[in-house]
Amino acid sequence: MRLPAPCGPLSEGVVETLRARPAGPHAVPEPRAMGDVTYPLTDRDFQLALWILYELHYRGFEDVEDPGAEWDPLLMVSRAALERTFEHAVRRLVGEASQDAPALADLGDTPAAQVTAALVRMTARSGPSEVAQFLHRRATREEFRAYLAERAVYHLRESDPQSFVLPRIGGAAKVALAELQYDEYGGGRPDRLHQALFARALASLDLPTDLAPYVERATGATLASVNLMSLFALNRRLRGAAMGHLAAFEATSSLPCERILRGARRLDLPEAVQDYYDEHVEADAVHEQLAIRGICAALVEDEPDLAPDVVLGATACLAVDGLAGEVLLDGWHGRRDARAAG
Amino acid sequence: MSERRVVVTDCPGGPLLVRGADEVVGVDGSTARVERAVVAVCRCGRSDRMPWCDDSHRDRRRKTKP
Repeated sequence: MRLPAPCGPLSEGVVETLRARPAGPHAVPEPRAMGDVTYPLTDRDFQLALWILYELHYRGFEDVEDPGAEWDPLLMVSRAALERTFEHAVRRLVGEASQDAPALADLGDTPAAQVTAALVRMTARSGPSEVAQFLHRRATREEFRAYLAERAVYHLRESDPQSFVLPRIGGAAKVALAELQYDEYGGGRPDRLHQALFARALASLDLPTDLAPYVERATGATLASVNLMSLFALNRRLRGAAMGHLAAFEATSSLPCERILRGARRLDLPEAVQDYYDEHVEADAVHEQLAIRGICAALVEDEPDLAPDVVLGATACLAVDGLAGEVLLDGWHGRRDARAAG
Repeated sequence: MSERRVVVTDCPGGPLLVRGADEVVGVDGSTARVERAVVAVCRCGRSDRMPWCDDSHRDRRRKTKP
């Protein structure tokens, strides 16, 4: 993949730095530009800059010549500055979202019971998302394609962030995470790798299967929902939040996937599209139990101090993904309104 | 250690997680092959994918059909 086109001062700073030939320390993005970010969770330039820096830890960019860019000290400083602003915004959003949430201590006798109850409670309230209902009942073929294109930024890297957490946790939680990831990574069958299933779904709709074009078009909120997983997974101190995020993600996936599958059938979309969502109805019903009971409960049994972080991660997942969903719906409704008016 | 064990884990309010099984047999004698390392077997009877859990136990509304 090549570096995506920047879209503002922060992503320009990062891209310019990475394009420069390896020669000593790189410049960091202008701290002044950070002051211009009013709402980082939807700011495309901000999220793109952070996404590019995170991508250095995944598959990287073919046009970045410096093989040491991943751990370049000044790029790390740059990433940390962006992360601080991002994490602050996430914590604020979580604070707003959890005003009515009961105290953990009131939910059970042990940290494991408290966390299990909190995760079940917060994910039980969410039915199939509005996005899933729209895809089920209303979306046109073009809108469905646009949805896949928007989600490609995540699904082409599906489950990769959480793999960074494996060496950071131990015991039963590690075993359960490995079990979940084994399923995500195809259960021993390369043709069932979930990332590959999604790529096949894209190809069946004549959409590209490389990530670059999607990154260049994804909204700031979609990039934020992906960056959130990297923020949690690449910072060991946030491992509890990474696993809480995973639990909330998996627990709110089966029912929407079933709706999206029905939408794909309604539109008679290719088998590969149906296959992707079909696989996720059953898989995520399993993963939900593994993530809540196998991973999160075991993790806080091992490390009780992580209980609030697990809940933080789960709340952040629902809030930030909810934000990305709203942006997507606004876009669809806006275009429909414009067509009706025009 | 090489002895294979089938392990069933209770998930209160949810399915049974089953590890190590080859197939699940329904009351009508139909068999469902186990295709993944861990499967979730429905207990609430609301699944559209019996015997597998499809998370319908979470959906408190009436079931919708395509």
